[in-house]
Amino acid sequence: METMAGQPPQALAETEAKIKTAREGKWKFMEPLMSELTDQSLQIKILSDPAALGEVRRKVELFACRMGFDADAAGKVTLAVDEALTNIIRHAYGDRADKPIEIELIDRAGELSITLRDYGCVVPKEKIHSRELDDVRPGGLGVYIISECMDCVEYQSAEGGGTLLVMKKRVTQREEQNNG
Amino acid sequence: MDNSPVKNVRWRDKTAIVDVVGDIDLHHSTALQTELIDVLSEKPELMIVNLVGVSYMDSSGVASLVKLLSRSRRLEIPLKLVSLQDRVRSIFEITRLDTVFQIFDTEEQAME
Repeated sequence: METMAGQPPQALAETEAKIKTAREGKWKFMEPLMSELTDQSLQIKILSDPAALGEVRRKVELFACRMGFDADAAGKVTLAVDEALTNIIRHAYGDRADKPIEIELIDRAGELSITLRDYGCVVPKEKIHSRELDDVRPGGLGVYIISECMDCVEYQSAEGGGTLLVMKKRVTQREEQNNG
Repeated sequence: MDNSPVKNVRWRDKTAIVDVVGDIDLHHSTALQTELIDVLSEKPELMIVNLVGVSYMDSSGVASLVKLLSRSRRLEIPLKLVSLQDRVRSIFEITRLDTVFQIFDTEEQAME
């Protein structure tokens, strides 16, 4: 038996399954898979799709502003998270768009602690470095930008595989005074 | 293309002025690079990239522009960036690429 379009039923079922998967995937990528905001923390879980980056940036920047960072510092925090996520997508997951990434921001009495957890290939620590800025060529700037934007950056091997990136930045006294 | 970061390409004599819009991150940088290189391949005498509509750029966007610069130098076509928002200018300063690119406040200044 064939359908009106000439497709055998099995092929039609496979096509429908693919469409369903694509729709579910699109839905997931429209928003981070899950985000939870409390007074002191923000947790976001996404798939490694570059389409999710914009929404993550908006949430991270809002959290940083709410903590008391000024616009410039909040922008740098956001840039650091974006660059770290870009590195995870490109290097840990080899540009695959369906892998999990967990992001957690915690306000520890004026110090923002950010952890990014992936389950991808572990890049050896000695290979995580920025290139010389005088060497003008595309790529290799992300690690340098992260270190410039944050006070403290540390890469750790995560239990169960993958990498845990921990970044910290403190709200400056001037920012605290301006806020209050 | 609806999601294209290149909104418009304007020609003034043999100068190509490219209006770029949106957030230029990993999601859009490849498309930006392809479209800018397409304009460059039309061999303008001068290429201006207007970034007034770009509110955010990360290192993948910068990398696309570095690749464009490299190609423009090979073709001996001057490349100029204009109207960078503070936030976009900041990433050029952090990476010290503000000393590598020719950056101007306005199109008129870039065309002088």
